[in-house]
Amino acid sequence: MYAQMVETGVSAVRAQAEMTPEERAFQARIDADIKIEPKDPMPDAYRRTLVRQISQHAHSEIVGMLPEGNWVTRAPTLKRKAILMAKIQDEGGHGLYLYSAAETLGVSRDQLIAELHAGRAKYSSIFNYPTLSWADIGAIGWLVDGAAIMNQIPLCRCSYGPYARAMVRICKEESFHQRQGYDIMLAMAQGTAAQKAMAQDALDRWWWPSLMMFGPSDAESVHSAQSAAWKIKILSNDELRQRFVDQTVPQAEYLGLAVPDPELRWSPERGHYDFGAIDWTEFYAVIKGDGPCNRDRMAVRVQAWEDGAWVREAAMAHAERRAARQAA
Amino acid sequence: MTVERELFDYLLRLADSPLILAQRLGEWVGKAPAIEEDVALTNVGLDLLGQARLWFGHAGDVERRAGGPGRDEDQLAFLRDTREFRNLLLVEQPNGNFADTLARQFLFDRWHFLVLRALTASRDARIGEIAAKAVKEVAYHRQRSADWVIRLGDGTELSHTRMQAAIDRLWTFTGEMFAVDAVELALIDAGIAADVRALEAPWRDEVATVLGEATLAVPASTHMQGRGGRGGKQGHHGEAFGHLLAEMQFLQRAYPGARW
Repeated sequence: MYAQMVETGVSAVRAQAEMTPEERAFQARIDADIKIEPKDPMPDAYRRTLVRQISQHAHSEIVGMLPEGNWVTRAPTLKRKAILMAKIQDEGGHGLYLYSAAETLGVSRDQLIAELHAGRAKYSSIFNYPTLSWADIGAIGWLVDGAAIMNQIPLCRCSYGPYARAMVRICKEESFHQRQGYDIMLAMAQGTAAQKAMAQDALDRWWWPSLMMFGPSDAESVHSAQSAAWKIKILSNDELRQRFVDQTVPQAEYLGLAVPDPELRWSPERGHYDFGAIDWTEFYAVIKGDGPCNRDRMAVRVQAWEDGAWVREAAMAHAERRAARQAA
Repeated sequence: MTVERELFDYLLRLADSPLILAQRLGEWVGKAPAIEEDVALTNVGLDLLGQARLWFGHAGDVERRAGGPGRDEDQLAFLRDTREFRNLLLVEQPNGNFADTLARQFLFDRWHFLVLRALTASRDARIGEIAAKAVKEVAYHRQRSADWVIRLGDGTELSHTRMQAAIDRLWTFTGEMFAVDAVELALIDAGIAADVRALEAPWRDEVATVLGEATLAVPASTHMQGRGGRGGKQGHHGEAFGHLLAEMQFLQRAYPGARW
């Protein structure tokens, strides 16, 4: 899940009687599953929440290129290198569609990027962990993209047309990303003792941060209730997390790897896996900026942006000169 | 056939340049001046990597046919040392700034396209097939890199200075592209290799046209690296190259025989 704890700016979900006629008409459209399109009237809070959610998602795609980029030059085979490059290229593409979807709401990509670089916009907490071995590239595909798909498939049905349509395309590519990640893990789990140890170590380090990707329990959250009423959040964080655990544990068993949770067990009564408590202090620390890589990730993005300023200025200057020559 | 040994060497030349350039382009991931450029650099790198893999496949088969070990693409890419690599000196040059990267790409793309186009008529059918596929991709690469040379050359004062400096610095590595040695001569005679001597004039014309549109000067220096059979094509590389290989080959070297 690439958008976590998105604020809606409301203090309570309002009842029908408290809404203005415009708000009532808007909610009626949502309830009738009619998609909202860029030029349609929409409450400001809906617009602002979507901008936050979509831009968080876009930023996550772009920042998420960095931990994987860390291994492009060291991929172990030419085939793996090609697959990883294709995957990272997809992520850049996802960032572009998502920034475009956000732009339909009246903000510019440059504004959103400025918010990110100023530390005012968030991106998924997961990208603040380091990729230390090749198995981490497998774990990211398998777990991180797996968690992202879990969240994004329901969003294909979300109320905002451009976001829903972007999600349809993104989900197709994400499912390839997840398979390639699992394939890396499979090769390593069936490989030498050193490779198997790397695979286990990657699962040990990425398991809990992956569960944190869904965000804290939002059963009581006003923001989540409002986002659910607007149909830009379809399932609760806990529901999504449970689905992820239920799907992933058998996959880990097939790999012969141990999920690092002594409390993990199948509950026949619930028909789900029970799992141990998540360390939310770690999550909040990472969200606040104190994860292992937050500062590095932002420093690299800001540096790339600043280093590229002269290129962007030159491209603009050239385009203006060319336009002037054509007009003359 | 008597030229199998030369053919194997030539196929490594065709494979190693795109491989090493793709490796350099991979270093840009997440750091380009705009997301579109990040995607485009990776896209070009991916094309080049795909081409290298096709050439390696052919090279391995030729090696086997000649009674050698018939190494696969990964053995060829990850288990040769510096002196065994056959790429042009130009493509191993470090990325530098965006102008350096695009100038390197431009000088290479213009040569690469001409070579591949000539190779579509090779008497070695598989070379012809691979070249026919690759030349379509490179037609796009050369357009894109020329566009950037023009944008930066005819952009701001700063971008003009940087692009001119990049062209000037890299120019010394372009002479090798048109020098032939015994390996290439034998294959040119057999109708297999592209005769790069005939490509220098059209390359210079194209480069001069683009640089002119970019308001940039064609470098006057005639000092060329890698001439006289001591270039990248013969396995004589620069100091930065060993570091590139150390990074690229790390896993295969550290865990011999592992399957990934």
